[in-house]
Amino acid sequence: MNTIPMSYYLVLSAVMFTLGAIGVIIRRNPLVMFMSLELMFNAANLTFVAFSNAFGNANGQIFVFFVMVVAAAEVAVGLALIVAIFRTRHSIDIDLMNTLKN
Amino acid sequence: MILDQVIFLITAVVVLTAAILVVSVPKMIHAALWLILALAGIAVLFVLLQAPFFAVVQVIVYIGAIAVLVIFAVMLTRKAMQDDGPQLNRYSVLAAAVSLMLFAVLTGMLLSWDGANNLPVNPAVNPDTIVNLGESLTNPQGFLLPFEVASILLLAALVGAIYIGREHRAGKEEE
Repeated sequence: MNTIPMSYYLVLSAVMFTLGAIGVIIRRNPLVMFMSLELMFNAANLTFVAFSNAFGNANGQIFVFFVMVVAAAEVAVGLALIVAIFRTRHSIDIDLMNTLKN
Repeated sequence: MILDQVIFLITAVVVLTAAILVVSVPKMIHAALWLILALAGIAVLFVLLQAPFFAVVQVIVYIGAIAVLVIFAVMLTRKAMQDDGPQLNRYSVLAAAVSLMLFAVLTGMLLSWDGANNLPVNPAVNPDTIVNLGESLTNPQGFLLPFEVASILLLAALVGAIYIGREHRAGKEEE
């Protein structure tokens, strides 16, 4: 019963990953960049689950579990960093974060 | 099973529309709400792919926890980024071109692979999926060690986030 071809899932996650990548590199707002990162994580997760289903192997789903753990850790630390930067500089504009330059 | 395909296509359209809006709307809070819609669509796709556990985890972790965190961060830093200022950085045209190249390479690679069209997405339900997941996560021959490392990582992230996020007035008094 091949109802939905694998290629549909692959193309959907490729489009979603690319949208996330565009969001990360063209927006100036770090929070929107975080949201785009979440889109990229989810595109990768979708591919993992699709392959896990196609091969009938649960290892892909276990990898999704670890991706979610890392994403949660990344969001917690990243948002705390953004709030800390906002507190010290009163701005979160990504173009102004150049203190480490030179 | 034409119903599956209809559900897939509707969900795909919703997810992609929401993803485009996340990247393009100027207001952060609107982007966060569209992100929730995109994540919910992914949960629907997980159900279609016979991964009920991860559909539920997606709702709890992403929609329940990460989206709430993002919305709180948006509210805490709202005045910092005026929503009407320029939203794109200086290299946006070049960056968009690079992203489109990334898309072309990704889809080209994935679709030129034979399995993309031949490999069936298997609708047969495996009732033991959750049991399998639990057993391999607690099996020393399986993924027990990565599982424990993941819990240490979460603990470290928790401590780090609290340390970074707290007000440092108390720290100054100690010095």
